[in-house]
Amino acid sequence: MTEPSYLDGNMLDGPLRELLAVDLSATTGRCDNCGMTGPMAGLHVYSHAPGLVGRCPACTGVMVRLVRAPERAWLDLRGTTYLQVAMPPDQRLHPAP
Amino acid sequence: MTAPTAGGRVVAPLTWRVARLVERRVETATAQTLVLDVPGWPGHLPGQHVDLRLTAADGYQAARSYSLAGPAQGERIEVTVQRVTDGEVSPYLIDTYAEGDPVEVRGPVGGWFVWQTDGTEPVLLVAGGSGVVPLMAMIRARRAAGSRTPFRLIYSVRTADDVIYADELRRRARDDQGLDVAYVYTRRAPEGWRGEPHRIGLADVNSHGWPPALEPLCYVCGPTGFVETAADLLVGLGHPTRRVRTERFGPTG
Repeated sequence: MTEPSYLDGNMLDGPLRELLAVDLSATTGRCDNCGMTGPMAGLHVYSHAPGLVGRCPACTGVMVRLVRAPERAWLDLRGTTYLQVAMPPDQRLHPAP
Repeated sequence: MTAPTAGGRVVAPLTWRVARLVERRVETATAQTLVLDVPGWPGHLPGQHVDLRLTAADGYQAARSYSLAGPAQGERIEVTVQRVTDGEVSPYLIDTYAEGDPVEVRGPVGGWFVWQTDGTEPVLLVAGGSGVVPLMAMIRARRAAGSRTPFRLIYSVRTADDVIYADELRRRARDDQGLDVAYVYTRRAPEGWRGEPHRIGLADVNSHGWPPALEPLCYVCGPTGFVETAADLLVGLGHPTRRVRTERFGPTG
């Protein structure tokens, strides 16, 4: 039996936390290809490419591409309609009556 | 420094810190625990991981992810490294890396495969091989926090000799109230274990897990194929996909 060759979206957290202020695995994303919405931690991540490729677990559409070079990084989120991030409550958005 | 992140709390971007080895513990013939001192460590949650990076004399770098094996103790963290034959990083960490040597650490990372110590729903942990490491962090954190949340661990190993943390698990199954531990042996079973060696199946998950009606949180960690199988069994039994959290270990080393 050959092992499937992908990992979880969890493993994108380290590389992406150099660019972003949140753990990607703690966010919810919508696949632009099939519309499925779920935790980005559930992505199937292929790490043996030139870079990291995260695919939708439902339709295998590519949702995230991350390529890292010594002095820059490319983050391609074309396949992700949106990322939903839990935030601390912001009173300014909901002023008290 | 900001507190550890979970559930999407916004914190500062991560950088690499230089850590040093302070202690090493042999767990099995192929696994060792490394205790690292990380100046400025901000703390972490059970289930989170770190990336370790090694730099060779010629500047070549290799990074790997390792689960944190226990709750943070000040600036000390623990990772358990399983030797991957032909691996680039794990043989070095087990054979060559010495006390006082530096290694770069980036973390903690992970916002999904995390157990909150104030959680009250029952927890099922399903481990394949070295997949037990982040689940052990949850078991240790549960006791440290004085939590009464019922925990069950199903731990799949090749043979009894491959059980990581064997003595501690025996002790905790006896002393940590509300913790049950069951083993599945895939190649050779010890004397007195009922049944033939087999890969994890429906009967194991059904007998040693929680019924979906109790709405448990399930954490499954191990090699990709093992995680596929175990997660499919849980979803087939009626556990909602969102309550089955997975962490797949790759064949890199």
